[in-house]
Amino acid sequence: MSLLEIRNLTTAFGTESGQVTAIEDISFGIEPGEILGIVGESGSGKSVTALTVMGLLPRPPAKILSGSVMFDGQDLTKLSERQLQKIRGPGIAMIFQEPMTSLNPVFRIGEQIMETIRAHERLSPRALRDRAVQLLAKVGIPSPERRMDDYPHQLSGGQRQRVMIAIALACNPRLLIADEPTTALDVTIQAQILDLLMDLRDELGMAIMIITHNMGVVAETADRVLVMYAGRIVEQSPVERLFDAPLHPYTRGLLDCVPSLEHDRPRLVAIPGSLPEPARRPSGCRFRPRCAHAAPACAETLPILAERAPAHAAACIRLPEIAAAMAEPA
Amino acid sequence: MSEVLPLAAAPEAVERAPKRRHPALAALRRLFRHRLFLTGLFLFGIIAFLAAAAPWITTADPNRLSMRNKFLPPGGDYILGTDNFGRSLWSRVVWGAQLSVIIGISVVALNAVFGTLIGALAGYFRRVDNVLMRINDALMAFPAILLAIGVTAMLGPSTMNVILALGIVYVPRTARIVRASVIVLREMEYVQAAVAAGAGHWRILRHHILPNAMAPMIVQLSFLFAYAVLSEATLSFLGLGAVPPTPTWGNIMAEGRDFMRDAPWIIAIPGVALMLTVLGLNMLGDGLRDVLDPRLRIQQ
Amino acid sequence: MNRPLVEATALSKHFHVGPAGWFGRRIGGAVLRAVDDVSLRIMPGETLGLVGESGCGKSTLGRLLIRLLEASDGHVLFDGADITGLAPKQLRETRRGMQIVFQDPYGALNPRMTVEDIVMEPLVIHGAKPDAAARDKVAAMLERVGLSARAASRFPHEFSGGQRQRIGIARALILRPRFIVCDEAVSALDVSVQAQIVNLLQDLQQEMGLTYLFIAHDLSVVRHISDRVAVMYLGRIVELARKEELYAAPLHPYTQALLAAVPAPHPAGRAARRAARLRVAGDMPSAINPPPGCRFHTRCPHAMAICREVAPPLAETAPGHLAACHLLTKTH
Repeated sequence: MSLLEIRNLTTAFGTESGQVTAIEDISFGIEPGEILGIVGESGSGKSVTALTVMGLLPRPPAKILSGSVMFDGQDLTKLSERQLQKIRGPGIAMIFQEPMTSLNPVFRIGEQIMETIRAHERLSPRALRDRAVQLLAKVGIPSPERRMDDYPHQLSGGQRQRVMIAIALACNPRLLIADEPTTALDVTIQAQILDLLMDLRDELGMAIMIITHNMGVVAETADRVLVMYAGRIVEQSPVERLFDAPLHPYTRGLLDCVPSLEHDRPRLVAIPGSLPEPARRPSGCRFRPRCAHAAPACAETLPILAERAPAHAAACIRLPEIAAAMAEPA
Repeated sequence: MSEVLPLAAAPEAVERAPKRRHPALAALRRLFRHRLFLTGLFLFGIIAFLAAAAPWITTADPNRLSMRNKFLPPGGDYILGTDNFGRSLWSRVVWGAQLSVIIGISVVALNAVFGTLIGALAGYFRRVDNVLMRINDALMAFPAILLAIGVTAMLGPSTMNVILALGIVYVPRTARIVRASVIVLREMEYVQAAVAAGAGHWRILRHHILPNAMAPMIVQLSFLFAYAVLSEATLSFLGLGAVPPTPTWGNIMAEGRDFMRDAPWIIAIPGVALMLTVLGLNMLGDGLRDVLDPRLRIQQ
Repeated sequence: MNRPLVEATALSKHFHVGPAGWFGRRIGGAVLRAVDDVSLRIMPGETLGLVGESGCGKSTLGRLLIRLLEASDGHVLFDGADITGLAPKQLRETRRGMQIVFQDPYGALNPRMTVEDIVMEPLVIHGAKPDAAARDKVAAMLERVGLSARAASRFPHEFSGGQRQRIGIARALILRPRFIVCDEAVSALDVSVQAQIVNLLQDLQQEMGLTYLFIAHDLSVVRHISDRVAVMYLGRIVELARKEELYAAPLHPYTQALLAAVPAPHPAGRAARRAARLRVAGDMPSAINPPPGCRFHTRCPHAMAICREVAPPLAETAPGHLAACHLLTKTH
């Protein structure tokens, strides 16, 4: 059975100009111990998906219009704030992009870790402190005993993200949601944090949902990938297959427009146009105005995610034509 | 190929439909949907109307004594009653409103000019910053009303001197606020771009910094109006404002204080007028801040 | 060979940090060496990539080269003329030749000016009247960067990030400069839009014969657009070479670590790659009181005794390939 099972989830926001859906009809699951990558650009709804799962969206203005989020036999969308607090921590934990604003600047980091443990467990002060030190050691903070009494501003960005991970691990979560965990970090630090996340998965067996705009991060970490565009899942696939045989024109475009570290290309293949704002999404397929393979029919129907190969699904009505066009010698 | 194919078009083929135009117009539209702002505007609007229309809506001279008619309660011939000299309270309060508004406008104007000038210079030119700000700090170290009392006591009571005193008290505070926004704006990349294009200091201040510093400034000035009205009333209550018998709210209240038990309306009516003015201005200012302050807007 | 368009010699920028005295004079306090003794040449028509992690001083260096910041020490030559000591009037004339494109498409455009006023401003500063001729120039430039003429009368908030970046590019090019500093010009954009802007920058370079200093932290974008690439660490250039050489055979341990840290573009064989990867531990130290000797020695897997004491000079290890590392100079 899946650890987390999301079915037909639609979340909307009330705005000045009426209700706008941020994510639409999202369905996917995460298995225990799996790393699921969710890729998308701004406005794709990837962060809203995570925040909906965590119950962290302020309601209003946010509103879950339909769907369910099953975790541990419970539908998280139906739980009260009190019940959700019991899930957050030991059930699902989350880390964010900006480790500076996620930590409270006026408390020592040891205190912040111990507070999280205390919220879910009764421990003696001695045992509490030992646990916190262990956690800091586990996330690779050097001389953790001494670091316990540091304030967040005394740490570097990478170390702060490690502390955030330690806090997330404090209650041994079964699912860790990492929302752009390395976007604010330099590339050498990014590599360290990604290594840490994968080591922790191997060691603790927790599942990780890693949300990113960076295809490289996905290639490096994920077992399975969801590609989101303008609030909808457009493709879902095991990671190797996604990079070997992407189906959706948007996924292909994303893979093509990133320059290579190894060889030269005279010109980058750009996706024309820009991302639609949530309130101004086109009719039919959301990607249609930017798609090289769009046909009149694309404007009429909203393509649904359908399986094209085992575990590999895409939401595009033109896949046969695209495959034929690709097969033709240019 | 059908017309939905965008590849032939320029990359901005998916350009958005035109939206709201000038940013100021957009702000104005949001303002007129803001209930708090509208209530404040309404309250202050009443007082401003009374002030402007004073010569036409008062029949009795505010300073005409009529010992026969003293201590008349509201209602009757005198709609708001009379004071201890039989002067029409309606006339006095309306003319007092005019004086309050004149003082408010003058103090706001002084601040708009000198507060902006000092704040912009201090924020933009680091060399003068320290000198200006130390003087500023020294002035701000006095409690506002004590400083105003000291200055008017020194200069002597008169309307002009009240304006001057309130200017000296509040300009440093306005300058601080302007300076804070200028320091942020100076580091904006569009300012850097103007420097890179060869723009001089004057051009940068006029085109890039001051227009963008206006929003917090306008909010500050609306609160300042309220403080000025309140301070003026305090000063004339203490006998340091416009010389009696000039009708000011502070003067009326000072004179009414002795008759609080027998003729409570003398002190209550200007008191209520003062309260409504300050309340209205503060609501107006809060509304402006909600609409104009980008920090609050992002959180929505 | 022809002479470089931009040349920096022993360029430094130090910022004083710490408590200020009563009237702003710094009392004691520390010195942040953002750029420390950097020399480089940029040839006409080339793109020099400048990479490094945040805080390495790459952005400061870019701004020193076009004198948006005053150097603490050293000189900048633009087209053979020293611009370090120029008086404001001559400096303004020189500024026609060099412009900058910024990272943040939101902070780089004045929200209270129309697109036309924004793009026209450099012309007006340099004496043009805001008349029909100037407007035509602006319209032509907007069209050249991929915006329609209708964009002219609108305000920045009506545009997406990529379109704003086009406006910023139009503003930088309206004076027909020869040298452009692209300071993380595509870093804040979504990847699908980033490629459009990279292509646009390359097209414009070809058409107008531009010279670029392309500052970025994304190593693959820098490789794509650059001819030569310089790697910066804690205020110093540690390696500079033609891009093919630098990416295929990096010499400095820091460059090697940087390249190894970039996520691979394909998941195949990632477990093996992870095991084999050269990793650097820890973070870049602060540029306030940087480590003595080679600045990278605190994180370098090959650090030797000499590295802790003597700063290695940036020396030519092969024709056109410069690196600053004792490992390389020792054997020569």
